Amino acid sequence: MQFNSFSDFINMGGYGFYVWLSFGATALILTFLLISSKAGHQQIINQIAKRKQREDKLRQARELRKQQNEQQNKALNEVTE
Amino acid sequence: MTLKAQSAQKTETSAANIDSSVVRDIVIDSTAVENSSVDNKAQLSQQFSYRHAFMLVLKRDLTIAMRHKDDIINPLLFFVIVITLFPLGIGPEAETLSRIAPGIIWVAALLATLLSLDRLFKSDHLDGSLEQMLLSPHPIFLLVLAKIFAHWLITGLPLILIAPLLAVLLHLDENSYTALFLTLLLGTPVLSLLGAVGVALTVGIKKGGVLLSLLVLPLYIPVLIFATSAIDTAALGLPYSGQLAIIAALFFGSLTLAPFAVGAALKVSTN
Amino acid sequence: MWKWLHPYANPEVSYHFTNKLLPWLSALAAIFLSIGLVWALLFAPADYQQGHSFRIFYVHVPAASLSMGIYFAMAIAAFSSLVWQLKLADASAAAMAPVGAAFTAIALITGAAWGKPMWGTWWIWDARLTSELILLFLYLGVIALHNAFEDKNLAGKAAGILTLVGVINIPIIKYSVDWWNTLHQGSTVSKLGKPSMSLDMLWPFIICFIGFSLLVAVIICLRFRNEILARNSIRPWVRELVQKHNS
Repeated sequence: MQFNSFSDFINMGGYGFYVWLSFGATALILTFLLISSKAGHQQIINQIAKRKQREDKLRQARELRKQQNEQQNKALNEVTE
Repeated sequence: MTLKAQSAQKTETSAANIDSSVVRDIVIDSTAVENSSVDNKAQLSQQFSYRHAFMLVLKRDLTIAMRHKDDIINPLLFFVIVITLFPLGIGPEAETLSRIAPGIIWVAALLATLLSLDRLFKSDHLDGSLEQMLLSPHPIFLLVLAKIFAHWLITGLPLILIAPLLAVLLHLDENSYTALFLTLLLGTPVLSLLGAVGVALTVGIKKGGVLLSLLVLPLYIPVLIFATSAIDTAALGLPYSGQLAIIAALFFGSLTLAPFAVGAALKVSTN
Repeated sequence: MWKWLHPYANPEVSYHFTNKLLPWLSALAAIFLSIGLVWALLFAPADYQQGHSFRIFYVHVPAASLSMGIYFAMAIAAFSSLVWQLKLADASAAAMAPVGAAFTAIALITGAAWGKPMWGTWWIWDARLTSELILLFLYLGVIALHNAFEDKNLAGKAAGILTLVGVINIPIIKYSVDWWNTLHQGSTVSKLGKPSMSLDMLWPFIICFIGFSLLVAVIICLRFRNEILARNSIRPWVRELVQKHNS
């Protein structure tokens, strides 16, 4: 152990500000990067899920329209007949 | 619509016609070569057609540039104005000015080249002739080189011609004029070649202008360092052939490598 | 070797492989970093000239060398993606760029914080700091180009070409900046010459270096995973995975 007390450790022989600035900045940048990379996973999964939902909805609407068209056609045919 | 605008439009369309005819020429030319490749003279005609294609692209680009003279003049004006700003900002003392003249002239040259780079592929990309060019069976290396050479003739050469005038304004040391000329002569082609890579990468992007400067300027740093140092050394009356040799090496290195990168980048950009 | 390597060219396989690798890597990184940093901050001896400010060295030097190393790794990935059309190499290059930029920024900030007590000024146009700054510009260019394209595959190719152009230029830039610096050297002479390190300084340094490298690997794996998902979002296996994840 190089330091006698905690305040000694913080002070770093007069260089405290610079040492803690560089360690702090490093910690800050790396935590930010780590958290944003980790959060990105869930974000992308949510995006894909949302896109899938939208596609499903579109597909359902298309099928519904198809059915309606068929019914209409049938009704028309019946009328013309 | 005023008469002037109409006539301007007319020249525009005629220019476009010539463009497409030249491109067609290249394509026809190359198919002719392919047909005759069974011939014994194939090797010779191929070689001839390489030169032919090079000259065609070069001539086409120069013709277009001559039709839009302001495209040539505007970067030059920018170069001149930026350089006149420095004495106004720093002060008119001849000593200070002559001390920083090489750096100012070179930085202004970098920025002026950067401004003019956009034109290298943009209009060709918009009217589709770039894709035609990529589809032609000629090596892309050659066509790209022709375009870059044309760009240098349009932007680099006037810069070299006007630089001594500006050097007078900045009280550049009298011993340095040859060095200034030589570094610009060897250095501006490097700027065009490296810049072409950046333009080729950003040509498909709508707002590529700022991005282009971000991509290209860091690559210009070695040229800037060696060119300004050559001029400084010349001012001291010392030999500066070492710096010139390095700039020449940069020139030949980029001459052989950059067109490949440009070709690959164009293929990505035009997709 | 190719036969053994081949399955990892499949996005699904490599996604699951990275998933399995991640906890191990994270644990190792945490162990090495905590040991290394505690050692560096508490137990390593102070430099006889620079005092305790020397402790910045244990962050600064790993960050600086990793920032260069990541660029070269990115260039190798870009090369293999351009030559062998490996889409995964593309994804890994995209994952590396922000990490490299972050480490370059760390190297610059810690360099400035070290320079203030040593040189008396935050910034000095020292050859190493200057080339580090230019490296940061190169990274930012790659990232900006990546973001400018809508299509991820196109973005990867374009950024790959730029990375290769950059990697050819890095030695030239480094050489020219070194040369420029010796030419313009003023009164301040770099005090940060190669320190002849004693063993009780070398060990914490090595452990810190390994720890930071492992941390880089962890972050790259995390981002690589995301890139794979983003690039294969219409594949059935991704759809299944998403459903499983959200239910």
